[in-house]
Amino acid sequence: MTKYTDQGKQDTRSGYGEGMTELGRTNPNVVALCADLVGSLKIDTFIAENPERFFQVGIAEANMMGMSAGLTIGGKIPFASTFANFATGRVYDQIRQSIAYSDKNVKICASHAGLTLGEDGATHQILEDIGLMKMLPGMTVINPCDFNQTKAATIAIAEHHGPVYLRFGRPKVANFTPVDQKFEIGKALMLNEGTDVTIIATGHLVWQALLAAESLENQGISAEVINIHTIKPLDDKAILDSVKKTGCVVTAEEHNYLGGLGESVARVLATHHPTPQEFVATQDTFGESGTPEQLMEKYGLNNKAIEEAVLKVLKRK
Amino acid sequence: MVHKVNSGHPGGSLGCTEFFVALYNEVMDLKDGFDMDGIGEDLFFLSNGHISPVFYSVLARRGYFPIEELNTFRLIDSRLQGHPTTHEGLPGVRVASGSLGQGMSVAIGAALAKKLNGDDHLVFSLHGDGELQEGQNWEAIMYAAGNKVDNLISTVDRNGQQIDGATEDVLPMGDVADKFRVFGWDVLEIENGNDLEQVVAGLKEAKSRTGKGKPVCIVMTTEMGNGVDFMMHTHAWHGKAPSDEQLATALEQNPETLGDY
Repeated sequence: MTKYTDQGKQDTRSGYGEGMTELGRTNPNVVALCADLVGSLKIDTFIAENPERFFQVGIAEANMMGMSAGLTIGGKIPFASTFANFATGRVYDQIRQSIAYSDKNVKICASHAGLTLGEDGATHQILEDIGLMKMLPGMTVINPCDFNQTKAATIAIAEHHGPVYLRFGRPKVANFTPVDQKFEIGKALMLNEGTDVTIIATGHLVWQALLAAESLENQGISAEVINIHTIKPLDDKAILDSVKKTGCVVTAEEHNYLGGLGESVARVLATHHPTPQEFVATQDTFGESGTPEQLMEKYGLNNKAIEEAVLKVLKRK
Repeated sequence: MVHKVNSGHPGGSLGCTEFFVALYNEVMDLKDGFDMDGIGEDLFFLSNGHISPVFYSVLARRGYFPIEELNTFRLIDSRLQGHPTTHEGLPGVRVASGSLGQGMSVAIGAALAKKLNGDDHLVFSLHGDGELQEGQNWEAIMYAAGNKVDNLISTVDRNGQQIDGATEDVLPMGDVADKFRVFGWDVLEIENGNDLEQVVAGLKEAKSRTGKGKPVCIVMTTEMGNGVDFMMHTHAWHGKAPSDEQLATALEQNPETLGDY
């Protein structure tokens, strides 16, 4: 199996921060907005280097989304960032009307997505954001897997015209994608070729999928692992090419099984190539306080859960 | 327009007719044609999007699109949606509005873009008084004053009416001008927003107060349904179309009307 090395654990939000630093130096139209969470979003360097291009809106996310829409009028590329919960559910109508329906070139950048922000608990965790955002017509939805990929995605979305939801997280996780890998919106990445089962993972679950694939290999099971960093538009072809070969699929995401990556994959399969599928995702529940590792264990979002799902789906082939 | 499709919002539209006529003909510095970025010209954002009939009427007469197109208002495949939108590419509209309370934030963003671009033109916005019940306005009002967005002129249509009745009965709002003042805005009032000369003078006065470190607010008192006796002094015509007889009566009272486009 293809070997991936953790280059040293880092948080994906710091990848966003580094991406913003680079954009600040290379693209004069990029502006940043934040709702009283500058430290958490890691954009201190962007602000220090481009104070005139940063707007601190205070604890007022609705105003931040509207201001971002307005800033596009005149050619700016606003990156509006806060926690995922406050960047989506709290301001859904503002995003829907002022940004998505109005086709504004706003990048909504959301940290602390999913369960793994940990101890703050369910008020600050969100497991519904992918569903909320992918349902908005014209919205691109991206969930990169590690520091390097988040940085690359941040830089890439500035070149894409249209609203984007970029989702990342708080915990330090394995950083394993190549530092110079080009980020192509909507293009799935084949991480490991296999023949028995396809594992399609997004975000923090991609590394867990690789761990699971390694363990499965030791049991004589050949798992194909695909990194779907872009949930919308989905790379239908990569999914179909893989399942036509393996005949079964496990999807893995730090999100509710309702509305997430798994359902998007199921739609593609049901339409073009009906295939047994198991979902590694939360089961229509809120989260709770705990360490990231404890939460991933309790809610079935780690390598062990992926392995179990693979063994289950193999029996359904 | 509203009569033709038997739907729409005539009351607030009639109440703001003088405002739109003044703004687009006497006050704003506009380029020929339309581009979304609007660099080098004044911009306008309609936050209370339901008064689209008057917005569309004035945009058409200012040359943004053919007057005949007003006949498509609210019909299938039209660029003149029930509430204004950029989605169908109608020239003159820069953001969708209708879900209330969002326009001031957008106007602030556009005003900040103008400052970043070194563009000394102004941004205007219009808001219903009932619309101020939406909390996002107060986030925006606080931001604009706190950050000296002084190239913004936001007008509140103080007609005292909303769908369920008088604003004072639905949710008493107190003194709107005082509220803006204590938030740090420069506030002026137009006592009769249905007197064209007063509106022009008020808007020009507001323009003279820009660039002085404060956003400018105009509290403009209007009469909903102005010019049509049976539509005045009531909230009943917020979102209701007139019958054939009522339309004939209304047009009789406004002989200068160009016809029901």
